Amino acid sequence: MDGMLAGARAGVAVRLRGVAKDFGGPAVLQGLDLDIPAGQFLAIVGRSGCGKSTLLRLVAGLEAPGGGTLTIGGPGEDAPPADAVRLMFQEPRLLPWASIQENVEVGLARGTPPALRQVRARATLAEVGLADRAAEWPSVLSGGQKQRVALARALVSRPRLLALDEPLGALDALTRIEMQALVEQVWRAEGFTAVLVTHDVAEAVALADRVVVLDRGRVALDLPIDVPRPRRHGDPALAATEARILDRLLADGR
Amino acid sequence: MSEAILSTREAAPRPALSWRGPARAALPWLLPALLLLAWQAGSMAGWIAEEVLPAPSAVVAAGWTLAQSGALAENIRVSAWRALTGFAIGGGLGLALGFLTGLSRLGERLLDSSVQMLRNIPHLALIPLVILWFGIDEAAKLFLVALGSFFPVYVNTMHGVRSVDPQLMEMGRAYGMDGPTLFRRVVLPGALPSVFVGIRYALGIMWLTLIVAETIAANSGIGYMAMHAREFMLTDIVVFSILVYALLGKLADSVARLLERLCLSWNPAYRGA
Ligand SMILES: Nc1ncnc2c1ncn2[C@@H]1O[C@H](COP(=O)(O)OP(=O)(O)OP(=O)(O)O)[C@@H](O)[C@H]1O
Ligand SMILES: [Mg+2]
Repeated sequence: MDGMLAGARAGVAVRLRGVAKDFGGPAVLQGLDLDIPAGQFLAIVGRSGCGKSTLLRLVAGLEAPGGGTLTIGGPGEDAPPADAVRLMFQEPRLLPWASIQENVEVGLARGTPPALRQVRARATLAEVGLADRAAEWPSVLSGGQKQRVALARALVSRPRLLALDEPLGALDALTRIEMQALVEQVWRAEGFTAVLVTHDVAEAVALADRVVVLDRGRVALDLPIDVPRPRRHGDPALAATEARILDRLLADGR
Repeated sequence: MSEAILSTREAAPRPALSWRGPARAALPWLLPALLLLAWQAGSMAGWIAEEVLPAPSAVVAAGWTLAQSGALAENIRVSAWRALTGFAIGGGLGLALGFLTGLSRLGERLLDSSVQMLRNIPHLALIPLVILWFGIDEAAKLFLVALGSFFPVYVNTMHGVRSVDPQLMEMGRAYGMDGPTLFRRVVLPGALPSVFVGIRYALGIMWLTLIVAETIAANSGIGYMAMHAREFMLTDIVVFSILVYALLGKLADSVARLLERLCLSWNPAYRGA
C-alpha cells in the first residue's frame, strides 16, 4: 500500500443539520442530523427505499438538499474541490468504449498533465490488482474486476471523502469478501472519510467504525463498532452487534 | 486460430466437414460460378437471345471497350461524385439535426414532428416536382440523394442519443465532466452504433436514388450510360452498367463496415469475424 497512494491528504468531515429531501412526493429525508468526523468509516443501513442512496447522492453533490444544511469540511475550512469527493455506484458504470486505463483516468481532475494521468492511473490500477489489464476493454472483465476498476477510478484523484452505494451488492460471496478487504486496506492507507451504504449488516459491522440505521428519513440507531482491526470473520462481538442492528431493522418493519 | 479450428474438425469423426482452407473459402462462389457457366453456354448455344441477355463474355468485352475509351471512368467519376456529395449533405444534416433533437427537448419539440411528417413522403415521388424545380441539372440529383440519405441518418442518430445509458451520463456528471466532455466521451460513442446503422441504410438509399435519378433525368453518369445504351439496343452495356452499380454499392457498404469495425472495436458484437 505504499507508493502512489501513501501519504494522501487526510479525510474530510461531513455535517448534516436538519437535512430534508423530497422528489415532489412524500419526504424521503426529513430533519436529518448527522456528523461524520474526518477519516471515519461510516456504514449506513436501512430498509429498501428508506433514502440511503438519496442521502449519499446529497453528500456526493449529485443532488441539492431540499432543506437544512450540508457542510463538507470542518469549521473554518474551505469546501474541498469537486474531485475530493467521489461516489462509487452499485454498478461499475465503466465506459465500454474506453480502455480500462482510460476509465480510471476519468476519475482524475481536469487539467491533470497527460504524463501524470498515465502514471497515476497505472499506479491506482496496481493498487486494485489490475495493472496488467490496463490496455483491455472493460467488456472482457468479470463483475468483480469491473468493480475494482470502478474503485480505482474513484480513488485515482485521491478523494478525501469516498461515498459507496452498495458497491459490492452484485458480487458473489467470495469476491465480496476480497473486495471488502481491499476497500478496508485502501481506506486505512489513505485515511479518507468513507460512507458505505449497504444491505448487508455483516458487511457494515465488519468494515465500519460506526453503523447508522436510517428509518423514515431519520437516524434511528447510531452504534460505534469498537472492535479493533484487523477484524476476524465470525468475531462474537461483531456477531452481537450485527444481531442488535438486525433486530432494530426488523422491528422497523412492524 | 482458424488452423486450430480446422484441425479439430479434421480430427472429428465426420470427414465430410474436413474442408481444406481454400476449398472452404471457394464454396460460396460455387453456385454463382456454375450459373455464369450455364449462362455463357446457353448464350453460345443460342438458347438465350442476345437482345434479352448478352453472354457474360459480351458483357466483359463491352466493359473493356468502355474502360479503354475512358467513358467508364468518366461516368463512374460523375456518379460517385453525385452520390458522395448528396450523401455528405443529407447525412451531415441528418447527423446534426439528429444530435440536436436527441440532446435537447426544445429541439425535439420544434423539429421532430415536422421531420417525421416529411419522412412519410417517398422521396422518389418528388422526382417530377424536382425536375420542375431544377431541370435535369446536377442540383436535382444532389437534392434527391441528400433527401434520401437524410432520414435514416437523422432517425438513427436521434435514437442513438436517446438510448445512451443514463447511468453513464450520471457517472460522467458525478466525475466532473462538463457538457462538451460529456458529449465527446459518453454521448457520441454511445450513439455511434446506432449512427452506423443509419449510415449503412442511407448508403443503400443513396445508390437507389441515384440509379433512379440518373435513369430518368441525366446526360452523364452510369444510369445515363445504361439508358443511352438501351436506345441503341446495346444490352451488353446495359447489363454492364447494372454490374457497375452493384459493385459500387458493395464497395460503399464494405467501407462503412470497415469503419464500423474500427470505431466500434470496443463492442464485442463487432469484434473479430
Ligand atoms: N429521482 C427520484 N425521483 C423520484 N423519487 C425518487 C428519486 N430517487 C429516489 N426517489 C424515492 O426516494 C425514496 C428513497 O429512495 P432511495 O433510492 O434513496 O432508497 P434506498 O434506501 O437507497 O433504497 P435501496 O436500498 O432499495 O437502494 C424512494 O421512495 C424512491 O422512490
Ligand atoms: Mg439505494
